[in-house]
Amino acid sequence: MSVESIKETAQYITFKLGDELFAINVSQVREVLDLSLITKVPTAPGYMRGVVNVRGSAIPVVDLRLKFGLPKAPDTVQTRIVVLELEMDGEALVLGGLADSVHEVIELEPNQINAPPRIGMRWKTELIQGMGKRGDQFIIILDITKVFSMDDIVQLEATKASLNAEPANA
Amino acid sequence: MDDKDISKLDRWLDNLATEVVLAEPGSDQGLLPIRELFANLRDKSANDESLQHFHEAATDAVSYMENTVMDGDALFTAAYLEHIKNRIALLKEMRRDPSKTFTSEAPTTEAAAPESENVATSETVAETPVEVESEAEPAPEPVTEPAAAVEPESAPIAEPVPAPAPEPPPAPVTAAAPAPAPAPTHFEEMPLVLDENIEADLLKEFFSESHEHLENIEQGALVLEDNPKHKETLDSIFRAFHSFKGAAGFLNLKPMNRLAHELESLLDLVREGKRDVSAAIIEVVLKGGDLLREYVVELQSQVSGQSERAAIIKPVAHLIHQVRGVIEMGNGTPAPAPAAAATPTPTAAPVATPETPAPAETTNVIAMPVTAAAPEPIPVEAPRPIARPTPPSSEKSTKGGDADHGAVKNNNTVVKVDTGKLDSLVDLVGEMVIAQSMVAQDPDLRALQCPRLTRNMTQLSHIVNDLQRTAMSMRMVPIRATFQKMNRLVRDLATKVEKQVELKLSGEDTELDRTIIDEIGDPLIHMVRNSVDHGIEKPEVRLAHGKPAVGTLHMNAFHQGGNIVIQISDDGAGLNEERILAKAIEKGIINEKQQLSKKEIFGLIFAPGFSTADKVSDLSGRGVGMDVVRSNIEKLRGKVDIDSTPGKGAVFTIYLPLTLAIIDGLIIAVGEEHYILPTLSVKESFRPHANMISTVHERGEMVNVRGHLSPLLRLYELFGIKPKSTNANDGIIIVIESGNQQRCLLVDDLVGKQEVVIKSLGDAFKRNRALSGASILGDGRVGLILDVSTLVSLKDERNDPTAMAA
Repeated sequence: MSVESIKETAQYITFKLGDELFAINVSQVREVLDLSLITKVPTAPGYMRGVVNVRGSAIPVVDLRLKFGLPKAPDTVQTRIVVLELEMDGEALVLGGLADSVHEVIELEPNQINAPPRIGMRWKTELIQGMGKRGDQFIIILDITKVFSMDDIVQLEATKASLNAEPANA
Repeated sequence: MDDKDISKLDRWLDNLATEVVLAEPGSDQGLLPIRELFANLRDKSANDESLQHFHEAATDAVSYMENTVMDGDALFTAAYLEHIKNRIALLKEMRRDPSKTFTSEAPTTEAAAPESENVATSETVAETPVEVESEAEPAPEPVTEPAAAVEPESAPIAEPVPAPAPEPPPAPVTAAAPAPAPAPTHFEEMPLVLDENIEADLLKEFFSESHEHLENIEQGALVLEDNPKHKETLDSIFRAFHSFKGAAGFLNLKPMNRLAHELESLLDLVREGKRDVSAAIIEVVLKGGDLLREYVVELQSQVSGQSERAAIIKPVAHLIHQVRGVIEMGNGTPAPAPAAAATPTPTAAPVATPETPAPAETTNVIAMPVTAAAPEPIPVEAPRPIARPTPPSSEKSTKGGDADHGAVKNNNTVVKVDTGKLDSLVDLVGEMVIAQSMVAQDPDLRALQCPRLTRNMTQLSHIVNDLQRTAMSMRMVPIRATFQKMNRLVRDLATKVEKQVELKLSGEDTELDRTIIDEIGDPLIHMVRNSVDHGIEKPEVRLAHGKPAVGTLHMNAFHQGGNIVIQISDDGAGLNEERILAKAIEKGIINEKQQLSKKEIFGLIFAPGFSTADKVSDLSGRGVGMDVVRSNIEKLRGKVDIDSTPGKGAVFTIYLPLTLAIIDGLIIAVGEEHYILPTLSVKESFRPHANMISTVHERGEMVNVRGHLSPLLRLYELFGIKPKSTNANDGIIIVIESGNQQRCLLVDDLVGKQEVVIKSLGDAFKRNRALSGASILGDGRVGLILDVSTLVSLKDERNDPTAMAA
C-alpha cells in the first residue's frame, strides 16, 4: 500500500514512540489498553515482549520501539498496548503493540497526506504509507500490516529453530 | 373410488401437462415431478377395475420414466418429451372416454423402444464414461418389469399378459416391451456435478445431516442383520434414505437422489411386509450407504476446496441395477388385486424366485410365469415373518412412508449450535470463573469482613461453578456413535481375515468432549484392526487352545479420576514379549543390552516402523498405525497402556482428559516466571540429593531415580531465564513422562495445582514446540503451558549452547 491507495478521508489513531508521532488507521485498531502484566515467552526475539491476557485470550505483545530500532525505554504510566487486528495471508491476527503514549483519533483527508520522502528517513520507507501533516507537525502513517508481515514471524521462528527442528525421537 | 379421488386424477394430469410444457430437452428440470405424478396416477388408479387400462398406461409411463428417461444421464431429450406428451394425451383421453383401452396405444410403446435405443447410443457417444460396469446378463433392464417391482401394488399390471383370452393384443405389447428394450450391457455412470449456485450454507447443512443419516443407515443395517424384524430400525433406515433422497434432489445431486430413491423403494417393500430382510438386502443397503458416503466425502472435499471441482463418477448405476435386482427377486406379492383374483397365475410367478438371490436371475422374470405356473402365493407367504404384521390394506397408500415419516418424530428437542459459539461460551465462562475468584480474593474486599458480602460472594461462586459445569457439558457427546462404528469394522474385518469375532460394547453413554470424539475415532479403528488382525486367532487355532471359536473383542468406556478411560480388550493370543524384543532389536529400535520392563517391551509396538506381523496383511502390519495411534492419543493429552497375558489376550487402555478445554495443571516457578505442566504427564517430584546427579560422558547430567537413570533438564537453561539458584540441590526435580521416555526437569519451586482453561498461543508462537498453549492464571496473568512431549524429546542439546540461546 502506498500513498496512492489513500483515496478517502479516514480516521487515524496517533501514538508516540520517542519523539516521533505515528498514526495507524483506526480500522486496524481494536482497542487501547493500559499496560498489564506481560508474560515473557522464552526463546522469543527481544522485541516480542510476551503475551498478555485480553479478556481471556493470550495476545502477543510487540515492543514497537525495539521493532523500529529505537532504544529500549522503561515502561511508564503513559505506556499503552494498542491492540491491532490485522489480516495476514487471509488470516486474522490479533496482536498488541507497545507504544510510549497514545494520543488521539484524527481525521486526515487524502490531500493532507504526502508520499514519504525517499531519503533522509530513519524508517524504512516501505513500512510507511504516507506522511500526514497536522498543523506544523508531521505524522508518520504506518502500513502496519507490512510492519508485522516483514519476516518477523520467520525471524521469530529462526531464533527457535533448534527447538523446533529437534526431531521427535530421542 | 370416490369423486374426490377421481378429481385428483384430473388435477394430476393437468399438472403433468404443465410440467411437460416447462420441460426442455437437455435439461432435467421436472424429471422427478413428472415421474412422481405418473406414479401418483398409477397408484391412485390401482384397485379400480374401471380404471384398469388407465392404470396400465400410467404404470407403463412410470417405467418409461424410470428405465428410459432417468437412465443414463437422466436428461430429457426431444424424443422422450414427445413420448411423454403422447402418453399424457392418451391418459387424458382415457379419462374422457373410459372405454378407450391402453392396448390401442400399443404402437406408442413400441415406438418408444427404438427411440430410447437411439438415445442410448447417442449417450454413449456424448458421455465420457470413466467407469463402465459390464454385466454378464444379456438384458438387465426390462422396460416394464422393474416398475412392477418398485411398487408391488402395481403387480396386477402383469395381469393382462397371461389373462389374454378376452383381449389378445395386450399380451404381445407387454411381453414385447422387454425385448426391444435397449438392453444395455454397459452402465452409463451418471457423473455428479456440484451446482455452483448452491449456497455453501445449504451444502454444509446437507453434509452434516448426511453423516447422521448415513450413520443411521449403517447402524440400522447391522441391527437388522441380527434382528430382521426390528420395525423401528427398519423405519429409521427408511427415513434416512427418504430424507437423503429429498435433500439430494433439492440440491440437484442426481445420482445420489436416484440411488437413495431405489433403496427407499426397496425398504418400503420390506416395511410393507412384501420382502423379508435378507442378506442381499443388507448388502445393498450397506453398499448404498457406503457409496452415498463416498459421494458426500468427495463433495465435502470439493466444497472445502481440498480437491478440484470436478464431476464425481461412481458405480452408482451398477448398484441401482443391483438394488432393482433385489427388489425383483423377492417379489412375493401378498394379496392380488381384485382383478387378479380371476387369474392368479402371474402373481405367483415372481414368488418362485425369491430364493435365488443372484441379481442375474432378474431378467428371467418374464420367462418365469410359464415355468412356475400355478403355485398359490399364500403358502409361500406364510413363513415370512414380516409379511404378517403389515396387512395387505397398506397397498392403498404407496407413499405411506411419507406419512410415517412425519408421525414418528423424535421428541428430544435439540438445537444445533455452531461449535465456534460453544467454544467462545466455554471460554467466557472460564474467564468468569477467574474473574470471580479474583474478586473473591481481593484483599481490600476481604478486609471489609462483611458477613453479607461473604454470603453473597459464596452464592455467586456456586452459580459460577454450576454455569461452568453446564457450559462444559454442552461440548460433551456420548461415545456411542464412535463405538458403534466399530460394529461394521469388526464385521468386515473378521470376514476378511476369516475369523469369528464378537464385539461387545459397554459404557457407550460415557461422554467425551466433541473434539476428542472426533479425534479418537482413527486411533480406535487402528487398535480394533490390530486386535482382530493380530490378537484374535483363527477359529481352528482357538479351538486347539481350548477357547471358543468365536473371539471376543470388548470395548469399554468409563470415568476414572479426572479422566475418561477407553479399554479395548480381546481374548486372543496376547502380545509375545520375545517376538517384540527380537523384532525391536532387528529393526534397530533398541539394542540388545537394554534391559526393559514388561511394560516397556509392550510399549515398543508403538515405536515408529515397528511391526511383528510376519506377513503384511491387507489390514495391518505395515508398521504404520500403532505409532500413529500413540501420537494421536498424546495429541489429545492422553496416554495409552498395554497389558497382556500370553494366551489370554491383551488389554489396551487409553486415558483421555475429560475435555480439551481444561487440564489439571501443576504450576511451577523458575526465576520470576511461572509455567504450567499437565499433571497427567508428571510422574513425581522431589528435592534431589547431591549424590543423585551424575554426569555421564556424552549423555550429560543424569539423575538416578531409584536406580533408574534419566537425563536432567534444567529449565532455566532451556528458556534462558535467570533462576533463583543454579544449584540443583536448591531446586525441585519433576519427573515428566511422555510415551516411554522420561526426563527430570529442574525447576525452582512448585507453586500449586490448578485446573486451567487452555488457550491457544496464536500463530505468533505456534512453532515453538516447547509450549503447547497458554492459560489465564488466577491473578489474570497469562501462564504458559509446557509441552511435555517436546521436552522429553529434547535430547542432548543442552550441551549445545547455540541451541537454546534466546
